[in-house]
Amino acid sequence: MTADHALTPRQQDDLRSVAAMMIPASSEYDVPGADDAAIQADILATLGRDTKQVSAALDHIARLAGEPLAALDGAKREAVVTEFRAGGGLPAATLARVILQCYYRDDRVLRSLGLEPRAPFPKGHVLPDGDWSLLDPVKARPAKLRGVP
Amino acid sequence: MNQAVDVLIIGAGASGAAVAWSLANTKMHILCLEQGGWMKPSEYPSTGRDWEAKFYGEWSTSPNIRGRPEDYPINDDHSPIKVVNFNGVGGSTIMYTAHWPRLHPSDFRVRTLDGVADDWPIDYDTLVPFFEENDRMMGVSGLSGDPRSPLTHPPMPPQPLGLSGPLIANAMNKLGWHWWPSDTTVATTDYEGRARCINLGHCTPACAQGAKASTDITYWPQALRAGVELKTHCRVREITTNEHGMASGVVYYDEDGVEQFQPAEVVILACNGVGTPRILLNSASGKFPDGLANSSGLVGRNLMFHPYAQIYGFVSEPTDSNRAPPTCLWSKEFYDTDLTRGFVRGYGIQFGRGAGPVFEAVVSEQKGILPWGPDHHRIFRRLNGHRLHVSAICEDLPETHNRVTLDPVLKDSHGIPAPRIDYTISENSQKMMAHGLARGREILETAGATDICVNSPIPWGGWHLLGTARMGTDPDRSVVNEWGRSHDVKNLFIVDGSVFVTSGGVNPTSTIQAIALYVADQIKQRLANLFD
Repeated sequence: MTADHALTPRQQDDLRSVAAMMIPASSEYDVPGADDAAIQADILATLGRDTKQVSAALDHIARLAGEPLAALDGAKREAVVTEFRAGGGLPAATLARVILQCYYRDDRVLRSLGLEPRAPFPKGHVLPDGDWSLLDPVKARPAKLRGVP
Repeated sequence: MNQAVDVLIIGAGASGAAVAWSLANTKMHILCLEQGGWMKPSEYPSTGRDWEAKFYGEWSTSPNIRGRPEDYPINDDHSPIKVVNFNGVGGSTIMYTAHWPRLHPSDFRVRTLDGVADDWPIDYDTLVPFFEENDRMMGVSGLSGDPRSPLTHPPMPPQPLGLSGPLIANAMNKLGWHWWPSDTTVATTDYEGRARCINLGHCTPACAQGAKASTDITYWPQALRAGVELKTHCRVREITTNEHGMASGVVYYDEDGVEQFQPAEVVILACNGVGTPRILLNSASGKFPDGLANSSGLVGRNLMFHPYAQIYGFVSEPTDSNRAPPTCLWSKEFYDTDLTRGFVRGYGIQFGRGAGPVFEAVVSEQKGILPWGPDHHRIFRRLNGHRLHVSAICEDLPETHNRVTLDPVLKDSHGIPAPRIDYTISENSQKMMAHGLARGREILETAGATDICVNSPIPWGGWHLLGTARMGTDPDRSVVNEWGRSHDVKNLFIVDGSVFVTSGGVNPTSTIQAIALYVADQIKQRLANLFD
């Protein structure tokens, strides 16, 4: 079984619907939604140890919805997701996390945030030294270290 | 059977590495058994695009979540604070923030000064030469002269203040409260073969640059060159004893899972405040029915964690986010006892520079301040890269009911009984945490922060594992004597955080390693009559 098949087609459809509700596309910020095909593919390919919890979360949604989320009207879909988030426990938290962790490493999203889409190593980052005169008032106060008999 | 060694050290982490290096110049045959392996920096999270996601899985601080073959499970269901650690050569120095305060002189005299807990059988001055030696070996950056901390001499300059440091500093100056750049084991210049920090930012789950000191790149290379032998993927099950009640060696499982016996003249435990009592309790025998070195009944008791009361908020100015080591400043404003606050003892404050985008999104969504739907993007841009943390690291006083025992059901992959933690936060600590949160709120609000959130205690905040085989002169009230030797078994030593009598209000690794070097020095001075 490949990672793509770790979730059933119905689960994958609901995952896409939930992701779109969580993070819709925005023309204002020029970013895709979390239902974007590349982001969904990243989620499915890297579910790994989270598969069981995510699967449980999507099964919970399926029970609440009774039919594919996408088939519900907006108000019903919203009600299902609200109930799911309120009572979903660890599976719901895991589902939210896997969506967010793949969304916020997408090149387009990172560029929109002004961040370079790269690993921290080996380039690292440059840090300003800062104004060390801020320490002057602390230095001006008398030393105070509790003594011992 | 394996050839007998003079000294057998269990654990290759902070204290095991230090004691091995120090004893190496005796030219004794020294062997260290480590349940984990050597680390591969090329596989550290910051080398990949999924660097933040790994923190939730194979690089989690919790062994229960991480679940690597070298990890052992810990039943911490009965504790509001969960144990975090790392198993491998370097131990939890692989996975720590590198914040490097020392215990204060007053921390060794808690009973005398404040009438609670107990005094240590040693004092700060005794440890000073070992603190200094350890700072040179680990490579410390910082600024000497903190008026409210013990005098240190960091060989490297402090980390830059960056963007977050001045925001915190300005707030603290407005309040008239103490702050100072932290001593850290992050190299700010090239140091002893280590490259300087380039601000990968994701320091806690290991440093791919090698700028953060971990004992696999500080003590161990020197110890190995000096002749110490280190065997990895060897998990000790128990310490054995002979007819004279002396330790005779250990039973361990080698890399292939084969049970082995390793005889030794001296056994040194360096497995942290959970691992050490676990081995001692698993070493029960006919002569030691309650576990080894446990005639006092105190093995596993008096567990101290340091409850972390964390508060954070978001300022309009940009912060360092993930572009810097996570900590840079500390405060000792509330470190000492002031009974008008309603509690005894005190806490250090550890300031945080910010977080990466995934962490920010996940945590803020969980806290309910990052909405789902069309407004998600606007709110996220207000939060991301604008976070400041304030954490009160509260002194946990020893209480015998806070303890490590053996779980009756849970076992590790070798079938060895796993530890169980029973721990509650005391009323004194609760008051201290509340005080820390209130002061933290003042700091954040003075800095202009909004959307203030609280994590108290930090649930996966059990980094500091202390007190479970305490040091003392009275065999009825302590497990080891004033130089780390078991009262009951005269060739058994403990050098990790288990021996702490009290916890202070600061991160303990510097003090743990200073104690390990001190015990090693005592062993060397007493070689002629070590077992008397």
